[in-house]
Amino acid sequence: MTATALQSSSAAHSSPMDRSRALGRLKFSDNSFRWLTLGAAVLVLVLLLGVVVSLFLGALPAFREFGVGFLFSDAWSPPKEQFGAATAIYGTLVTSVIAMLIAVPVGLGIAVFLTELCWLPLRRPIGIAIELLAGIPSIIYGIWGVYYFRPVMQSYIQPFLINTLGNVPIIGFLFQGPPFGYGVLTAGLVLALMILPFITAVSRDVFDTVPPVLKEAAYGIGSTTFEVVGNIVIPYTRVGVIGGVMLALGRALGETMAVTFVIGNATKIQSSILAQGTTISAMIANQFADADPGLFTSSLLALGFILFVITFLVLAAARWMLARMQLKA
Amino acid sequence: MIAASYSRRKTRNGVWTVLAYAATALGLAMLAIILVTLLWNGLGGLSLDVFTKNTAPPGVVGGLLNSIVGSVIMTGIGLALGAPIGILAGTYLAEYGANSRLASVVRFINDILLSAPSIIVGLFVYELLVVPVGHFSALAGAVALAVLGAPIMVRTTEDMLNLVPNTLREAASALGMPRSLVIRHVAYRAVMSGLITGVLLAIARMTGETAPLIFTALGNSLFTADPRGPMSALPLIIYEFARSPYAEQQKLAWTGALILTFAVLGLSILARVFSASVKQR
Repeated sequence: MTATALQSSSAAHSSPMDRSRALGRLKFSDNSFRWLTLGAAVLVLVLLLGVVVSLFLGALPAFREFGVGFLFSDAWSPPKEQFGAATAIYGTLVTSVIAMLIAVPVGLGIAVFLTELCWLPLRRPIGIAIELLAGIPSIIYGIWGVYYFRPVMQSYIQPFLINTLGNVPIIGFLFQGPPFGYGVLTAGLVLALMILPFITAVSRDVFDTVPPVLKEAAYGIGSTTFEVVGNIVIPYTRVGVIGGVMLALGRALGETMAVTFVIGNATKIQSSILAQGTTISAMIANQFADADPGLFTSSLLALGFILFVITFLVLAAARWMLARMQLKA
Repeated sequence: MIAASYSRRKTRNGVWTVLAYAATALGLAMLAIILVTLLWNGLGGLSLDVFTKNTAPPGVVGGLLNSIVGSVIMTGIGLALGAPIGILAGTYLAEYGANSRLASVVRFINDILLSAPSIIVGLFVYELLVVPVGHFSALAGAVALAVLGAPIMVRTTEDMLNLVPNTLREAASALGMPRSLVIRHVAYRAVMSGLITGVLLAIARMTGETAPLIFTALGNSLFTADPRGPMSALPLIIYEFARSPYAEQQKLAWTGALILTFAVLGLSILARVFSASVKQR
């Protein structure tokens, strides 16, 4: 509190004219600061609006040309100027589902470990280590995935899946075809690793909101740790956990660099999850630089718009649920 | 009968406990594997050349100087644009808006922006600054980074200002201080390290982003400090060199990955130290 405060205190000792001028100055700076913060807050809204409007305007030519059919067409042929979003949407959904199937149980397991089982002095360091996984940039997962994880998939995991699950009736078709290493499953597994820390962090935080009295009461009547978690902690925090899971899903849907490296970037829908595919974000990252202005670029922007709508809905649902959890806590 | 069900419950508890331990071990092992891989592949290429030479075509000894400088410049401009917006908007939410309708909407939208796919932000800035201007530029890259960094600072600033006890504000107001001075000279000062936390987290996020730079800053094999033209960045060069068929470029990609990861993780650990010092008080 230097300049302004000093001025105002010296003003107090001088004539009423100076005093009113100093007060006026103070009032002005006070109001301008308020308006400045309000402006910054409104700018946040403008940013989101800008994203929506600019993507929509860019996507308009493609939507005009292909109509609603754009969503369901699996065509993707730049020379013929035929574009559809189905392949990319399919890949985005399948990789995200695989990622959630792995990351949700593992992430919840770590959260249970951190809140119920872990030796107290180790809780913080282990929690931080898991959160560091979230800090590693996406591109690092990409380079690691393509140089280290892909060969492991190609030589061990995929041949194993083809030889075992590939022969099982009904679900066998998911695990057939040659082991390339690249593919939808590889991308899903890398995604699982990337979203794991988000699930753990949110669930640990909501698990911590369970009143100790509830848990102690359950332990007091002889419940095991597992029974306390299953009957007290999870039911109490269900909304929050689902919110955290949705938040992670939002991340998985939009993740770009890591997926681009390992998914193989094939613009074709294939039944096997070992086959190469693509996602919305991988397709944009891969093709945008080479796209001719016109329908090609517009179709990629349309993909971006669709991705934005999907993630917006998922994230909005996540935030709504987490807000409900907060009211309870 | 009772004994049997008791032992069954105990076994079940044992199995789930083991699974929880296994999940944690898996998470920690993956972190260790990634860090060891980075050290293993990146340390060998770490030499003075990396920091003094620019990226070079295959066959010529090159370094990462232009991309490191590019990352620093773009993150710097991004921070200069994003930090005032982020901190001021966070201030509005905590100090003025509180529970008003506008504040709730801004908070909600900010949370969405916080996790929105970064490639979307890249497309937005491409439409906003690359198409009208007609060419790629580091400035466009920096704006994209600012859009990604600002929501982090909005969130942290609000959370931190909410930790300031109201009695502190009331005491300052009782002395006749206008609201804006209370905020700037009392509240900001009380949680200064918290505000720094937000800024550090934003820098960490901005430094590591690749997707929004691909079609804004584009990349540049030459050294440049001119933000009006295309510029290289560490993540961009990793993206390019990791897919290169030449061994020496792949090696540089790993070295760059090592530098980038440890810079980003170092920043987030530093951020944690600062935030811990706020919460202890």
